[in-house]
Amino acid sequence: MTTIANLKDLVTQNVRSSGIAFAFIVIVGMFAFMTDGRLLSPGNLSNLVLQYSYILILAIGMLIVIVGGHIDLSVGSVVALTGAIAAVVVVREGFPWWVGVLAAVATGLLIGMWQGFWVAYVGIPAFIVTLAGMLLFRGLTLLVLDNMSLSPFPGEYGQIGRGFLNGLLGGYGYDTLTLVIFGIAVAGYAVASYRNRRAKLSYNQDVEAIWLFAAKVVLVAAVVMWFAWQLATSRGLPIVLIVLAALIIAYTMITKHSIFGRHVYAIGGNLAAAQLSGVRVKRVNFLIFLNMGFLASIAGIVFSSRSNAAQPGAGEMFELDAIAACFIGGAAVTGGIGTIPGAMIGGLIMAVMSNGMSLLGVDQSVQQVVKGLVLLLAVGFDIWNKKRSGARAS
Amino acid sequence: MSEPTESPADGDGPILEMRGITKTFPGVKALSDVNLSVDRGEIHAICGENGAGKSTLMKVLSGVHPHGTYEGEIVLDGAPASFRTINDSEARGVVIIHQELALVPYLSIAENIFLGNERRRAGEFIDWHRTNAAAAELLARVGLTESPTAPVSTLGVGKQQLVEIAKALSKEVRLLILDEPTAALNDQDSEHLLDILRRLREEGVTCIIISHKLGEIASIADRTTIIRDGQTIETLDMAEPESTQDRIIRGMVGRSLDNRFPERTSVIGEEVLRIEDWTVHHPTQPGRVMVDKANLTVRAGEVVGIAGLMGAGRTELAMSVFGHSYGRDISGRVLVHGREVSVKNVSRAIDAGIAYVSEDRKQLGLNLIEDVRRNTSAAGLPKLSRAGWVNEHEELRVAEEYRESMGTRTPNVLVPVGKLSGGNQQKVALSKWIYTDPEVLILDEPTRGIDVGAKYEIYTLINKMVADGKAVLVISSELPELLGTCDRIYALAAGRITGEVDVASATQEGLMSLMTQEADA
Repeated sequence: MTTIANLKDLVTQNVRSSGIAFAFIVIVGMFAFMTDGRLLSPGNLSNLVLQYSYILILAIGMLIVIVGGHIDLSVGSVVALTGAIAAVVVVREGFPWWVGVLAAVATGLLIGMWQGFWVAYVGIPAFIVTLAGMLLFRGLTLLVLDNMSLSPFPGEYGQIGRGFLNGLLGGYGYDTLTLVIFGIAVAGYAVASYRNRRAKLSYNQDVEAIWLFAAKVVLVAAVVMWFAWQLATSRGLPIVLIVLAALIIAYTMITKHSIFGRHVYAIGGNLAAAQLSGVRVKRVNFLIFLNMGFLASIAGIVFSSRSNAAQPGAGEMFELDAIAACFIGGAAVTGGIGTIPGAMIGGLIMAVMSNGMSLLGVDQSVQQVVKGLVLLLAVGFDIWNKKRSGARAS
Repeated sequence: MSEPTESPADGDGPILEMRGITKTFPGVKALSDVNLSVDRGEIHAICGENGAGKSTLMKVLSGVHPHGTYEGEIVLDGAPASFRTINDSEARGVVIIHQELALVPYLSIAENIFLGNERRRAGEFIDWHRTNAAAAELLARVGLTESPTAPVSTLGVGKQQLVEIAKALSKEVRLLILDEPTAALNDQDSEHLLDILRRLREEGVTCIIISHKLGEIASIADRTTIIRDGQTIETLDMAEPESTQDRIIRGMVGRSLDNRFPERTSVIGEEVLRIEDWTVHHPTQPGRVMVDKANLTVRAGEVVGIAGLMGAGRTELAMSVFGHSYGRDISGRVLVHGREVSVKNVSRAIDAGIAYVSEDRKQLGLNLIEDVRRNTSAAGLPKLSRAGWVNEHEELRVAEEYRESMGTRTPNVLVPVGKLSGGNQQKVALSKWIYTDPEVLILDEPTRGIDVGAKYEIYTLINKMVADGKAVLVISSELPELLGTCDRIYALAAGRITGEVDVASATQEGLMSLMTQEADA
């Protein structure tokens, strides 16, 4: 391929497939400019990660739910209930922090099984099952907590949502450990990309020119290491970020490369065809909700740890933020389409907008209006874009 | 529309002339300088392979592709027409009935007929008496005796098609366009539909009919225009003796198909599939038997046909064998290579070496929003993976391999299947099942809705499968197709196998009499 063709390809492909990533960059740039760079200051960036991590964790599960052709309205209540269970175990009963974590995860899995059972095996639409779940689990939260908030968690539990890895390897005004971990991650990314490129070549597939490939890797590495530097010169590496990164990597792999992931897309794309292709639809649907319960419990742990309390009203509206993240990130309302990276960018767009507007002192009410409009425009753009590309083939 | 030249009095000229129509989509020229002239009161057939541009031409005519997005001119009743929307074209009496019916199943026949065109009183309220009375009149015109208040979902496909025509009549149609109206109909319903069209012709309605069924065209069309690769090839006067089916086929494919079915020498081996006493009940109506103690066998290297009218239980038989995908209270035995196998769910059936290519590609066969590659691998993922992880490079290689060996026409395998033509979609569906390496393939209406050229390719692929030692079971509504491709044919009537004939001794008449055999009380 020639250089020009290469560049043209890169631009057209990326604009079509990741228009949302470009929108994200524009939004970040805009707010960075309007806040005189405060948005990108080390302290604010690490705050951003802490504040929105649980929405991103929920969005991972929600993306899979939505691609499968379902919806989950109950995750906010599940966040509250799992946090409450952890608090009862750790704060009220005095068990060690890890028992609380296990109890919360077990609760999440049970909830996932419960909802999965009704959706997959009884055949009630997920909208109804999870609407019921939203009420049910909120009510149980109130019961468990006796309508009062439970706090404070002992130190170790609080570390999950608020803690940083810092100073373990020393450094002068910056945290070496953070840089080392990010360095390893970047190297891993480069190696994986290179191996993928090699595999593609061995299967005679088209690949971009080597200089372009190198430029891409270097660019990504530079942005990531800059982000690492910001963290390192602030408070260090948030523990939540490690959890989040591990989840994102694992679930991106699962959705893209595993049979289970493929089956989710197949079910969302055409349920009947999937069934006739040998996909065990009920089992896959059950697993989708089991997984959502699991991730909601992780989000519940992170949120209760960060707020250092289990509150009866915790997690309200979280489901809507998670759903919005998926749709802004390009998931299709009808199922079958969507990616984890897309949903993460969708979530980050919401995060940067809220955070940026807060820095600018914009009122909460206006923030809501803006977020609503962004959701509408993002999906509207997506539909318009599809119509435009679809018109060519008919 | 300035001159009052539209009066039907000077009704000698053509009702419709499309001149030099060129329509380009980014990167593709769908129509190139197409000319079409339709006379008043005739039935004008349009023939062409899938993707030749027939549907695009009709979309231009009906305003789906608005004026200004194409070049050329349309003259209707002597006056230029520049339709911006479907409403514009309907206002001038041009109504199109699409292949996929657009009726709302839970609304009544009358409501469907006047949907968007309601008979009103006092502004926004529906005048039910007028609605139902007018509907009854229209139904009589299309030969339906159903009550106008019956929900459309209670009608079969054939009658629904007639309701569509009644709906068109309610719009004072003068030029009726039908896109493959009989594709989903059985012979009886098709014949009835064609009769209605003849009657409408006598009433002065002009018809354009797009069809792949050449016998049907020969029997009904006054003239036939052939389109190939977005260009008009010729218009034949069907009264002329040289306007034969072969001539049309030659025009459509640009080559002569001396034989519509490729030659094959059968090398028949061991028995592969045996179905014994197979009985299936209706999924929601307990006690209603859909398949009644069916027995059949298919041997390696053999193509076996199942002939039956609609409702005979052909698809029900096939789908119940394929993982109990249809029906309840299923009993009987399935044996593959003489060994009884469980087919209680689809994955068991696949493991047992059975593959089923559905008659309904769009609803049951393919994931249209997914690309060719992933549709090809959809049923064979276990073969492509280790410990639950899919080898995507291998997957792409496999998809490419099948694209080549099946001759699927697509720019590349990353194109969504929904964007391919019917014939190419069918090749993807076949690829998907051949990749699972089955012992026996059940092909349900493998050539429905695809054009003559692609049909020939599908037959060739069937031959290739049996040459590889597979056993193939073909279900088809078209008797010539069964006679042309099969070694043996079972006739099915009302859920019972009423006969088994060797193709050498089979005739259409003989099969038809078996297919219409009444159950002995």
